Amino acid sequence: MYTPPTWNNKAVKWFDDRLPIVTLMHKELIVYPAPKNLNYWWNFGSLAGIALVIMVATGIFLAMNYTAHVDYAFNSVERIMRDVNYGWLLRYIHMNGASMFFIVVYIHVFRGLYYGSYKAPREVLWWLGIVIMLLMMASAFMGYVLPWGQMSFWGATVITNLFSAFPVVGESIVTLLWGGFSVANPTLNRFFALHYLFPMILFAVVFIHLWALHAKKSNNPLGIDAKGPNDFIPFHPYYTVKDAFGLGIFLMIFAYFVFFQPNFFGEPDNYIPANPMVTPPHIVPEWYFLPFYAILRSVPDKLGGVLAMFGAILILFILPWLDTSKVRSATFRPIFKWFFWLFLADCFVLGYIGAQGAEEPYVTIGQVATVYYFLHLLVIVPLVGWFEKPRPLPESISAPVTTKA
Amino acid sequence: MAEAENTAPTTGGESSRRDFLIYGTSALAAVGTALAVWPFISSMNPAADTLALASTEVDISAVEDGQAITVVWRGKPVFIRHRTEENIEAARSVDVAELRDPQTDEDRVKEAPWLIMIGVCTHLGCIPLGQKDGDPKGDFGGWFCPCHGSHYDTSGRIRKGPAPLNLPIPPYAFLDDTTVKIG
Ligand code: HEM
Ligand code: FES
Repeated sequence: MYTPPTWNNKAVKWFDDRLPIVTLMHKELIVYPAPKNLNYWWNFGSLAGIALVIMVATGIFLAMNYTAHVDYAFNSVERIMRDVNYGWLLRYIHMNGASMFFIVVYIHVFRGLYYGSYKAPREVLWWLGIVIMLLMMASAFMGYVLPWGQMSFWGATVITNLFSAFPVVGESIVTLLWGGFSVANPTLNRFFALHYLFPMILFAVVFIHLWALHAKKSNNPLGIDAKGPNDFIPFHPYYTVKDAFGLGIFLMIFAYFVFFQPNFFGEPDNYIPANPMVTPPHIVPEWYFLPFYAILRSVPDKLGGVLAMFGAILILFILPWLDTSKVRSATFRPIFKWFFWLFLADCFVLGYIGAQGAEEPYVTIGQVATVYYFLHLLVIVPLVGWFEKPRPLPESISAPVTTKA
Repeated sequence: MAEAENTAPTTGGESSRRDFLIYGTSALAAVGTALAVWPFISSMNPAADTLALASTEVDISAVEDGQAITVVWRGKPVFIRHRTEENIEAARSVDVAELRDPQTDEDRVKEAPWLIMIGVCTHLGCIPLGQKDGDPKGDFGGWFCPCHGSHYDTSGRIRKGPAPLNLPIPPYAFLDDTTVKIG
């Protein structure tokens, strides 16, 4: 059990007495017990949090020079790039930051899938993670509209039109989103307002996510419950240092893109001002949406495609119950492990297909990959959990070490 | 919380009266909140000035047989095509029952040579190609949407690809032989 320290510093004591935030931080960040066997895949949560902070920091300063009006938006972004002091840096950090954020979060999610972190007692933690992912997607989508280039405009048109697929209310929803009869000035205005708001909500949900984490503590590579003080180490200095090291590597990769390949993740067409009368010949969403875009296009029916695309994410909410195996970590699941890698490969295939034109053989490959995506989650995962004979689990986290000695 | 503890051990009659008041108050608050949300949502719908941008008049005298022009109406492209005899023939020889969105060509035009429709793909809103001479026109000689491959015929009806509906016809009227009012 946690015993709060007595603060020696008079000022700290006075303050903490009135708002016990110093004690809270001591409890949750310093002595917080973490399983002692966490590997580097556990770095990605804190990296995601830092990416969010970077996005908000650069975003707020961009907003000081950005104009949310169809006649000025494109030029205001060009002005940020050319005239505003370090505007190019802020924008390139923000632009590439979005890609970095998604890379980190996707790795974080697949870490959870591999080590079974979504299973009891962490289902709510997992749900909150999916909520975070959805909010991120909405934020990134609306942010991409702001520079008002060709991809901004046509991305916004195609994505908002997805809602028209819903029977009866579809058209009214789309008009409501647009505030007009097409993507136009009212749309850009509200997207800016929401692009500012959503990351703040994201912050709040991240806090609840961490609350749920700290209630049940971290899972670990062995996937077994940490029992007793032998299995835990205090978060500080062990994981603060490990996280800081990972952060250094992350920032190096991030900086490489910002300074040497700033437009690597972008689309050249977005440097052409939006033209509502001409659709570019090849419209593609940002890379982080490609797998979902591939699923959308694989279904030859408008509503079906939309449902499959949203379903691909929403289905993750029930994953804790689809997976019938009691063993968390894939390390001890000889069959599941292979299916995990296959599923990952399938997501890459979908991502590749999402970037291709709507022609053969891509259409067929996309359909097979889409079917496999759902087959994995709805059929393979439940069945494997049922039939697979897991390898024997270690007694405890410290057992393999202490018995060897 | 202290009050809640005080009131907890009340007798049946009193607690049910209290329950009634609590449920009633909560229900009223819920309805009130729902009503208060309405103006917020409604403010997102098209504003009066947006709705007012209603009609466009177009001079079509210069559009020759087989040519097409695109005009803007409500921020959307409107395709105006002066169809050839073959175009009309092709559109009218189709078995309507076989179409995804069954509609005769006669129902889609006011004067046979003039096909006037909103040039927005009914799939996800891209602008189909086919207005210019060099554009791909799809398998049915009309329009082709490059986004996800929808093919429209010479009457603007969906024939192949993911789009569910024909290209929509805006409200329009011929004011005289050379002027058409859209909207
Ligand atoms: C979840 C965090 C966020 C994500 C994923 C995100 C994503 C994006 C993306 C992808 C763009 C388009 C970049 C481009 O191609 O130019 C963008 C633009 C923009 N964002 Fe964010 N953003 C986030 C947070 C914020 C915040 C908190 C603000 C503060 C107001 C902000 C303000 C802006 C502005 C003003 C632009 C337009 C300038 C530009 O295009 O560079 N963003 N955002
Ligand atoms: S928008 Fe035209 S085919 Fe998808």
